[in-house]
Amino acid sequence: MLAVFFTAGFITIFITVGIVYVLLSDAFKFFQVVSLKEFLTQKEWTPVFATKKFGIWPLVAGTFLIAAIAMVVSIPLGLLIAIYLSEYASVRVKEIAKPIIEFLEAVPTVVYGYFTLLFVTPILQKIIPNLEAFNSLAPGIVLGFMILPYTASMAEDAMKGVPQRIREASYALGATKLRTATHIILPAAVSGVVAGFILGASRAIGETMVVAIAAGMYPNLTLDPREPIQTMTGYIVQVALGDLPYGSIEYLSIFAVGLALFIIAFVFNSIALWLRSRIREIY
Amino acid sequence: MSKDRKKNSLKSDIIYPIVGFIALLLVISFMITLVLDIFIDGFEKLKDPSFYISYPSRFPEKAGILSGWVGTLLVMLGAIFWSLLIGIPAGIYLEEYAKKRGFLGKIETIIEVNINNLAAVPSIIYGLLALGIFVYRFKFGESILTAGLTLSILMLPVIVVNTREAIRRIPRDIREGAYAVGATKWDTVRDHILPYSLGGILTGLIIAASRAIGETAPLITIGALTFIAFLPPSPFTTEFPFLSYERALEALMSPFTVLPIQIFNWVSRPQAAFQINAAAAGFILLVLTVLMNALAYYLRQKVRRKYIW
Repeated sequence: MLAVFFTAGFITIFITVGIVYVLLSDAFKFFQVVSLKEFLTQKEWTPVFATKKFGIWPLVAGTFLIAAIAMVVSIPLGLLIAIYLSEYASVRVKEIAKPIIEFLEAVPTVVYGYFTLLFVTPILQKIIPNLEAFNSLAPGIVLGFMILPYTASMAEDAMKGVPQRIREASYALGATKLRTATHIILPAAVSGVVAGFILGASRAIGETMVVAIAAGMYPNLTLDPREPIQTMTGYIVQVALGDLPYGSIEYLSIFAVGLALFIIAFVFNSIALWLRSRIREIY
Repeated sequence: MSKDRKKNSLKSDIIYPIVGFIALLLVISFMITLVLDIFIDGFEKLKDPSFYISYPSRFPEKAGILSGWVGTLLVMLGAIFWSLLIGIPAGIYLEEYAKKRGFLGKIETIIEVNINNLAAVPSIIYGLLALGIFVYRFKFGESILTAGLTLSILMLPVIVVNTREAIRRIPRDIREGAYAVGATKWDTVRDHILPYSLGGILTGLIIAASRAIGETAPLITIGALTFIAFLPPSPFTTEFPFLSYERALEALMSPFTVLPIQIFNWVSRPQAAFQINAAAAGFILLVLTVLMNALAYYLRQKVRRKYIW
């Protein structure tokens, strides 16, 4: 039986090996046609035009623009809620609030996509007149809510993990609850809180359907949140929707983009895991 | 501290809970708005019985979700099968068998770190893996089999983690007791560890499945079609033995669509009438997700009360 169990455990490693192998081997074929230098230095991404240009920056810019908007929404909101839940809220409020926040991540992303395109964008258009039907603002805001399980819930877990005696020492010195929360608890829990933020950002970077539906399909090197853009994930979806022959340059290009996305996600997750391992060292 | 400042800081303790509560209300109203919006938008179709038993169509008023929900059902059955087949033994290995030292101990650490990393890989990357391996290298095609395998990889980390947590809660005494009466390791796992951890494993399975059922991106990547006006052949026959191997295989290999992809397709169309369909199907998907999460929550509470060590 040991052999069976060991094999099962070992298969999980094969999945990672498989991901790296597929991404590397097909990206390698891509880089035989398009030079790595062009991929990293060109500023245009036009794989479907007659003159194909493969500079990944418009896609990277789109991806990070959306993630940045999501973080601008999610960090203040998440911190407010985390401090409230960890330091002020009653058990009953917590029991109701936590499952609702956790559920934000369980909602199918295609449903968020529908909601973004047909509810959030039209409302925003009334406030911001020259907002286009496809833009990065609306998906960014919705993603900001979607990643609250990381920015609010994980931050709260980290703050609750700070030993009670530290809290009481602060009260004993005459500090108010808010001052204790912002000056004592938050600094003490900072690695866990930041780890949550980074995991949230990583989730926003890898999110696909909301941006594919509501951000447009237009590779655009811009920081203007009102314009349509395309993210790395959005490009992969766009190409996959068409019927591509195996081995064509467009087919190979999604593996090159996928490899870049995988590296970014891997770096973010490693930083978050490292930060979380630091929490346990302090106390 | 001056009197004024003290007054101000005490005031902050009255104001902050109000601000925090408003932030929380904002999130809750976001959720309620989302649910109400798709319910109201899709209501017209939700109450129409033919919506549930019609194929997709060029005409929005005739289009339905039959091939979508049948596809979702079949793909999820496959995904649950594969993820349990690998996930439970992997979890048991890491908790019960893995050596902490030596060469095997190193492999154990790699497996553990690896599972943590897998849980954070963007789902579309799994789609690329499946496209490269299952579709083109194993030649499974853009089939129900490929889709089930793809989603099972997404579910795997959740199942392994939950299996391990469920097993870890079983106290050492149970194992020692079993060994003391002469049980082998496998006897102990089969007769004690597995039965006691089943509730926790089931909870993990439901949570994993509730995530997988709404996944769209990896299935688009492997080439799921958006317009399917037929069902996979039924493997059941009228003659003995009532089950046809060839037809079952044909069903596994047949092209498919699932509810989320159907929704994506309808959202992407310019005609407003299709968006009603998208909202209706989205609401059904949302209800399924809520039900599965509620069931998992209920099960978790029940298991915790049943086994208090």
